[in-house]
Amino acid sequence: MMDATHMRKAAGASDKRSTKMLVERATKYYQTRTGSVHALDNVSLEVRDGEFLCILGPSGCGKSTLLWSMGGLHDLTDGEIRLGPEKITKPHPEIAMIFQDANLLPWRNLAANIALPFELKRKPVDQERIDALLKRVDLWGFESKFPRELSGGMQQRASIVRSLSVNPSLLLMDEPFGALDAFTRDEMNLLIQEIWMETGKTIVFVTHSISEAIFLADRVAVMSARPGRIARIFDIDIPRPRPVDIQTRPDFIERVLHIKASIDHGRKPHVGLAIT
Amino acid sequence: MDKALGDKIPEFNKKKSGGGDGVGLSGASLGLGDHRTKFEILIIILVAVVIIGGSEFLLKWFGVPQYVLPTPSQIVTALFTEWKFIWPHLLVTLYELLVGFAIGASIGFVLAAVITQFPFVEKIVTPYILLLVTTPMLALVPLLILKLGFGSEPRIIAVALASGPMVMINSATGFRRVDLAKIALARSFGASTFQIFTKIRIPMAMPMIIVGLMVGSIFGLLTTVGAEMVGGAEGLGNRLTYYSALIRMPQFFAVILILAIIGISIYVLFYWIGKKWASWEA
Ligand SMILES: Nc1ncnc2c1ncn2[C@@H]1O[C@H](COP(=O)(O)OP(=O)(O)O)[C@@H](O)[C@H]1O
Ligand SMILES: [Mg+2]
Repeated sequence: MMDATHMRKAAGASDKRSTKMLVERATKYYQTRTGSVHALDNVSLEVRDGEFLCILGPSGCGKSTLLWSMGGLHDLTDGEIRLGPEKITKPHPEIAMIFQDANLLPWRNLAANIALPFELKRKPVDQERIDALLKRVDLWGFESKFPRELSGGMQQRASIVRSLSVNPSLLLMDEPFGALDAFTRDEMNLLIQEIWMETGKTIVFVTHSISEAIFLADRVAVMSARPGRIARIFDIDIPRPRPVDIQTRPDFIERVLHIKASIDHGRKPHVGLAIT
Repeated sequence: MDKALGDKIPEFNKKKSGGGDGVGLSGASLGLGDHRTKFEILIIILVAVVIIGGSEFLLKWFGVPQYVLPTPSQIVTALFTEWKFIWPHLLVTLYELLVGFAIGASIGFVLAAVITQFPFVEKIVTPYILLLVTTPMLALVPLLILKLGFGSEPRIIAVALASGPMVMINSATGFRRVDLAKIALARSFGASTFQIFTKIRIPMAMPMIIVGLMVGSIFGLLTTVGAEMVGGAEGLGNRLTYYSALIRMPQFFAVILILAIIGISIYVLFYWIGKKWASWEA
């Protein structure tokens, strides 16, 4: 595990890696009663193997549409998404999603919630792996608790364990910490960075927070709205592990302003910024 | 692809859609109320003692004749002395109730599960189910007896017709509460449509299903007894008409006592089932 971390640090964020997932000319129209909504327009995006990619954009710009399509939960109107050589048209065992709000089943306790993927895949529960993960995220001993008995942060940690328990190689996270308070959010960001460094998984992380994106990402793909497009991609070459207080440092704030300016560019000046 | 999910990205932190228009008890009233303290339980028992003892005393004091209103002790005595004649009728009533309820509840449950998957069909069928819910099925019993005779069959059918729609309409309310986020979650782990049904939809609907079963079985009990009063020579309902015709009031009230016990047992049974299987919603 530590070897992977060192290798990653040695390799650096902008190192050339093989492609994990390829989104090619993804276009999506939603058909509604009042007409069609153009949610994605010709989005092409490469997800590199082992990278932490953040997709950043204001609410409604098509982030979820893109991510859910990458997870095989939605069909595209045009274009395609490939995981290696495979075309993604339905959920894939190598891919796990983590949703906003932990999305635990309230009628199951923690252990049963985490066992759900095994049940659905009709596989024996990998208790050893689950126990190790529970210990890793400090949930060891809470297995018999029900979701309503846990804090938001604990619930989201449980959902991370649930996703990692089946050992996917690609994690898709849709604003996973959006509903948490700022302190818990910082903790969770640290945790997910550590897990990423330890496991070497590829993570695509959707957020509308510029600082969260910069803190976590190797690369930040900024989306613009109506129709959803990838406007720009920024490399974030801050060395890891990144401590939380890095966010108050001038060079970090510099990056935030830089990305903010790139988003503001092209907008009417009086339009308020939806991004924080 | 699961139809319900389709293209939708569920809105998180919002309450689940659908629901709310079931007939019968609300989820909250499923319970026996909030937790009671020992003191409150003591008071409840004390009130019962006062009512029973008081009526015993007052009926004796004023010399109310047995054929007008028997005393509690006379009723209990009658229950024991008459038991050997009553219990075969009790079995008949329980048999009719159980079989009728089992048939009605199964059909109601399956119908609810299937129909809620097809919004169009549901819109067409629901008014008719509501009609079945609101029409007292007892009214059909004379007709059913005419066709099927004085055996248990007409009463079983009436019970099924009374309880089925109740189960159906409440279960349908439960099944309509789709939580797209939960369905998406299951699908992301490769769940089949059937797995989504058994692992997500049924547990999600369980609180309302249990309410439907409870209300349906109480309705079934009412209908069983009523149907037995209409015709035939068996069952507790029949005993009520029999004893009242002979003005054997202690025996009459003994039968009512048995019916009350059945009703309460049904309630308590579903209360515990609800506690076990639907407490997550509280
Ligand atoms: N099921 C749907 N039907 C119609 N329009 C939709 C649907 N889902 C999303 N949209 C629209 O598509 C656009 C992108 O939505 P979404 O991908 O959820 O954005 P984000 O996740 O960035 O907030 C929005 O304008 C939204 O209203
Ligand atoms: Mg979204």
